[in-house]
Amino acid sequence: MAEYLIIGNGTAAVGCIEGIRSTDPDGNITVVSGEEHHVYSRPLISYYLEGKTTLEKMRYRPEDFYEKNNVNLIYGRAVKVDTKKMSVTLENKKRLFYDKLCLCTGSSPFVPPFEGLDTVEKKFTFMTLDDSLALEKALDKSARVLIVGAGLIGLKCAEGIAERVGSITVCDLADRVLSSILDSECAALMQHRLEENGISFMLGDTAVRFEGSKAFMKSGAEVEFDILVLAVGVRAETELAKQADCKVNRGIVVGTDMRTTTPDIFAAGDCAEGFDSSIGQNRVLAILPNAYMQGHCAGVNMAGGSEVFDNAVPMNSIGFFGLHCATAGSYPEDAEMSQQKTEGGIKRLFIKEGRLCGYMLIGDVCRAGVYTSLVREKTELDEESIAEMKKFPSLAIFSAEKRSKKLGGVV
Amino acid sequence: MKRVYVNEQWCLGCHLCEYNCAFANSGLSDMAKALRDKPIFPRIHVEDSGKIHYAVSCRHCTDPICVKSCIAGAISKVDGTVKIDREKCVGCLTCVLVCPYGAVAPGPSGAAQKCELCLENSCGAPACAAGCPNNAIVYEER
Repeated sequence: MAEYLIIGNGTAAVGCIEGIRSTDPDGNITVVSGEEHHVYSRPLISYYLEGKTTLEKMRYRPEDFYEKNNVNLIYGRAVKVDTKKMSVTLENKKRLFYDKLCLCTGSSPFVPPFEGLDTVEKKFTFMTLDDSLALEKALDKSARVLIVGAGLIGLKCAEGIAERVGSITVCDLADRVLSSILDSECAALMQHRLEENGISFMLGDTAVRFEGSKAFMKSGAEVEFDILVLAVGVRAETELAKQADCKVNRGIVVGTDMRTTTPDIFAAGDCAEGFDSSIGQNRVLAILPNAYMQGHCAGVNMAGGSEVFDNAVPMNSIGFFGLHCATAGSYPEDAEMSQQKTEGGIKRLFIKEGRLCGYMLIGDVCRAGVYTSLVREKTELDEESIAEMKKFPSLAIFSAEKRSKKLGGVV
Repeated sequence: MKRVYVNEQWCLGCHLCEYNCAFANSGLSDMAKALRDKPIFPRIHVEDSGKIHYAVSCRHCTDPICVKSCIAGAISKVDGTVKIDREKCVGCLTCVLVCPYGAVAPGPSGAAQKCELCLENSCGAPACAAGCPNNAIVYEER
């Protein structure tokens, strides 16, 4: 019987388990989890602080998930891979053997070597459930919070704790919020909504040095705080892959079948650098849907099936204080931008060579998935379809024949 | 399994399915109380473009991308029906971001909702199909 070993216990690991079980109901699956928790929805850690979910509800799969899938779950840290003996050794010296290994090691917060960081009493990163629980203990109604990083993690953290602290200041070296997914004007709308809800920003500026409860900024400004949250960025966890001689760039390089360059070793999720069809090259796409789909693809292929995942694109749906935004694809400079202002929002479509290559929607995100599918599938559009697409996302973008397949057939 | 299918040549664009859907999922027994002078949140919608009209609702895909994409693990496929656990949903709208049919939308509470074939409300079978005046919406095996 096949021995499947999965290192990591997040979304990619669940995808991998479900992928394996769709193909091989009997093989032995072992999961090594560094966090001592049943698999939970990692992006929900901010919703937990906000009171929009509970520890029970944020389980990513039902309580009997491991049992039902006949998975042996081990809490521990994998420290060594031996590709000749095909084994992984844990910190406690326990050795596990594999026929197929999948690295679902995720990423960890990147903490720059700030001068004086060790003098800060209450400092946190915001990545795991334990981070969230630790931060929760420090929260109080009068606390002044400084968040370094105005990306998805930093801002979701800000929203999550907004009602539970005295004040929040977010700084970022970038000149706008959410700089990885939004352009300046779209970012300004989101920033405005955050500011309306009491969050202050110092953009184009960041902390360079700390002294106890004081941050010294690049601009020369000084910020007093009680709680520091570091959300500068994340780095793929690639240590085991390097030991196993897998090719590693920013993440573990995988093909569209999730194989690494080392035989019998696969990788999936935030630690992997897979094919991004929007730019035609490999890139780390650290988003949850991608982690699941990569994991599933890896699992099927580990179990001897055949699955290809070749249409990944960057895509995000995120909201702050009721203002939603949806984005997908790429935004080449030579693309035509079609813009429509909507009530309290904006819609920007980026069209190139008769295809939708990317979009940003702020406010009304209804049916955004129709646009995302055009991006993912690189659908060729004639003038009539482009005109329909510019109006709003609907199936009227497609020909009657295509539409009848979508609405009249099994899809 | 039986699914909802749409034949756009027969659709009058009357939007009756939207009302029947909203009523069926309201949990109320009086249609006026459920729908009159209120914003309604149907799980099927009619798209009108010039002379073309057709209704769109969840396709209950063979390989549903919403299930794979849900950040809360709130969407699952049970016996062929794609379902949303509203208690688990945090309203991030990633399902709206990925559904190629535009068939998922936020409901009144902000949680995402979509057609679940009326299997768990008092209708027991899709109210949109039952009430369609011209059989443009049917519920059958294909």
